[in-house]
Amino acid sequence: MAPVHARTADRYGVTTPSSRWFPYAMTAAVAVLVWWSARGTEVDLAMLLRDGPRAILSYTTRLFPPDLSSGFLANTAVGTLETLAISIMGSLLSMLVAFAVVFFASANLMYTGVLFEREQLGPAGRGLRVSVYLLAKGLLNILRSIPEIVWATVFVFAVGLGPFPGVLALGVHNGGVLGKLFGEVLENVDRRPIEALQTTGASRFQILIYGILPQALPHFLSYSLYRWEVNIRAAAILGLVGAGGLGQRIHIAVSLFLENQLLTLLVAIYIVVTLVDYLSAYLRSLL
Amino acid sequence: MAQVDLGALLDERALGNFVKFFAGAFPPDLSPDFLGFLVKPTIETIQISILGTAIAVAIGFPLGLLGTATLAFRGILHGREIAGAPSRRLVRFLPYAASRALLSLFRSIPEFVWALMFVKGVGLGPFPGVLAIGVAYGGMIGKIYSEILEAVDPQPLEALQATGASRWQIVLYGFLPQAYPNFVSYTLYRWECAIRASAVLGLVGAGGLGQEIEISMRMFDFHQVFTLVIILFALVAGVDWLSARIRQRVFAR
Repeated sequence: MAPVHARTADRYGVTTPSSRWFPYAMTAAVAVLVWWSARGTEVDLAMLLRDGPRAILSYTTRLFPPDLSSGFLANTAVGTLETLAISIMGSLLSMLVAFAVVFFASANLMYTGVLFEREQLGPAGRGLRVSVYLLAKGLLNILRSIPEIVWATVFVFAVGLGPFPGVLALGVHNGGVLGKLFGEVLENVDRRPIEALQTTGASRFQILIYGILPQALPHFLSYSLYRWEVNIRAAAILGLVGAGGLGQRIHIAVSLFLENQLLTLLVAIYIVVTLVDYLSAYLRSLL
Repeated sequence: MAQVDLGALLDERALGNFVKFFAGAFPPDLSPDFLGFLVKPTIETIQISILGTAIAVAIGFPLGLLGTATLAFRGILHGREIAGAPSRRLVRFLPYAASRALLSLFRSIPEFVWALMFVKGVGLGPFPGVLAIGVAYGGMIGKIYSEILEAVDPQPLEALQATGASRWQIVLYGFLPQAYPNFVSYTLYRWECAIRASAVLGLVGAGGLGQEIEISMRMFDFHQVFTLVIILFALVAGVDWLSARIRQRVFAR
């Protein structure tokens, strides 16, 4: 945050020294970083611009025509449905995980804020509640920071190949993500309905049910639908580690140079991803 | 369809494997040898994410501008001029539709699939990872940039128009200054995602930490996996902190 005098100056169109050099410094820093990264990754941008278009063209022409034989179309349909099913089950599981944990991971439900203004918690009760809060928060952090593909590898190891480890991986990782998002919703609810309920003598649990949840649930659903859009892409990927769906078929098609089959599968991914995007946007507009 | 069998998760063997995995992961492998060995892939992951994001902006920014309805054919820039000129309207609409379609194609195919194809195209290493992030995120960045541009406050634009500014001037002094903080903010968010992605893209041979995760997994060395996940976590947290600082600067103006 710029100091107050600087902000006032900005409002009247006066440029302060610090905001004058900042854009240039940032541009220079970005340029240096990009140069450093290009050297480190041994990317030859000049060569890319020179030979890239031709390579893309030749690869693209090899993709055509798509393999539309009925056998492969049926196979693609199975893969597409599997990916869709993984994404739906994974999303449901993640909602479950987040919903089970999030109430313990929001400070204003556990030990501080308007709910606890009147009746102060004793030191023991407060200590217990804070530690439960920290545990829940830590659990969500761990679930979230391990990428779903690593989770998938772990679950393939635990329950074997197939779509199931994919569902578990999506559910666990996104449970952490949704838990964080849900928590932010809970901490930002309007406090006026809560205070109104408090004056009627409602218990904390009643306030949660009648004051907080009605405000939060639409946001919960909206975030869950948004994560579904992310999950459908992830579900398509998880096949790479043996978790079924379109990803597995794409992996095979790419590895065996079956370019015509690859194109069919890419079209399938495009259709199912676009479909889910539209469906989710439509459902969210209803909320 | 997804063959969910919660019983299978809870049977003895699965639970045993699970316990073995997590018990086996403690403590993380912090031997100087392994840590020293990880310096290179960690730096590589950072570099892939930066260059990938830069390419994504290079793809997304021009396509996003072309794909913005209020720049292409509708709204204040075109209100008076285009009315009653269907052919001119069509000429402006075509590049708009084409760039939208391209952006949607880029972002609908997950970065992993791009990486698989680029690994086949240009060989193993960080290069295909950079390209995969550049293309997939280019599609997302282009879409969001155009949404930001379509949502700018029209009043400064009208003020500029009233002074007799040309279309280019309105874009340069009306649209872009309003959009710039949001551009920066969203690009930073994508950079965070790129760190995560570049750490994982290695699973298909696209360099970085992912390759090490893959190798350690294959060797069932979960101490190493644990260390790698910690590094990944630290990287994401660091980028998160840095972008929060930059966002603050950009929006404080």
